[in-house]
Amino acid sequence: MVAYHAFLKELSAHLRGFLRKRVTNLPDDVEDLVQEALLAIHNQRHTYDSAQPLTAWVHAIAKYKLVDWLRRRANREHLNHPWDDEMDVFSSAETDATEAKRDVHKLLLQLPDRQRLPIVYVKLEGMSVAEAADRTGMSVSAIKVGVHRGLKALAAKIRGAD
Amino acid sequence: MKTDHFVAMLASGNVAVAPHAPARRYATALGIGALGSVILMLVLLGPRFDLADALWIPMFWVKITFVAVLAFASVHLALRLARPGSGLRWVPSALAAPIIAMWLLAALLLIGVDSEQRYVLLFGNTSKSCPWLIALLSVPVFVAVIWAMKGLAPTRLRIAGGAAGLAAGAVGALVYCLHCPEMAAPFIGTWYVLGILIPTAVGAVLGPRLLRW
Repeated sequence: MVAYHAFLKELSAHLRGFLRKRVTNLPDDVEDLVQEALLAIHNQRHTYDSAQPLTAWVHAIAKYKLVDWLRRRANREHLNHPWDDEMDVFSSAETDATEAKRDVHKLLLQLPDRQRLPIVYVKLEGMSVAEAADRTGMSVSAIKVGVHRGLKALAAKIRGAD
Repeated sequence: MKTDHFVAMLASGNVAVAPHAPARRYATALGIGALGSVILMLVLLGPRFDLADALWIPMFWVKITFVAVLAFASVHLALRLARPGSGLRWVPSALAAPIIAMWLLAALLLIGVDSEQRYVLLFGNTSKSCPWLIALLSVPVFVAVIWAMKGLAPTRLRIAGGAAGLAAGAVGALVYCLHCPEMAAPFIGTWYVLGILIPTAVGAVLGPRLLRW
């Protein structure tokens, strides 16, 4: 029981890393997901075979719960994205996230400052609109417009890059 | 709830599990399912009238072996797919081997004869009902295997559902061997395989809905 407690504790740290990498855009939900994955692993512990690698088992469950959670979330928000196993989000390559980040930064550089800076400060660094306005010397409404138009332009560029 | 508290809650109480729980669950399910299938066969179809004589014909045992290997491999497939993250390893080859062997045997038989005999070897007398009866006999096994899977943790639901259907179809076909009088390899390689594929397709279609957890 003590060993199991220690195991789950270590596992929760591992899961946090695993899930954080896969839901970079929803950092607030990672802890929820960690708990859901822990619960699933606990409930399904009889399906583990000691001859099989533990990480493969843990990751398969975490991934399943993640897909399930994303699907429910998509339904809730009426987005109806088809979340399939094949989606790149679930690529096991650890480098994908960093590559995506680098690509976004590259595309951001192509935007004019009045759009790029609001996105960087508000969306990437998490400042409030007022703080971003202070930092850039732009007005609050200009920041909001910049974020809005900038994101649209960025989305268009991403579609174009595909 | 904080994750640390959550972990403490999960780890409290008795957390031990019975060893080999998945395999035992499958054994129970297959036992009950196969029994249901045999009863269904006895009530609706009856065993072949010459079953006692057939036991002395090698081809009868070739047929039994063919279906039994398929059943064994597909049950393993279903078991593996109900365990998160376990690879399939030798299972796909074990599924393909008996089918390829039966087709080779069928090809050898078909090459040596004229077209009229080919027709007889391929269609026998019962080709129209064979796949449907196999599918019918697979129903109790299908329900049982899906039940077994639901108590475990399949993560690829469509493939897992298909594997459950495949296992059910193969066990259904094994039971059907006790009724079916056909012995020609071309017949078995075609209609038995088709019969097994019906529950497989049903399982693949229903899997995502039936197996979610």
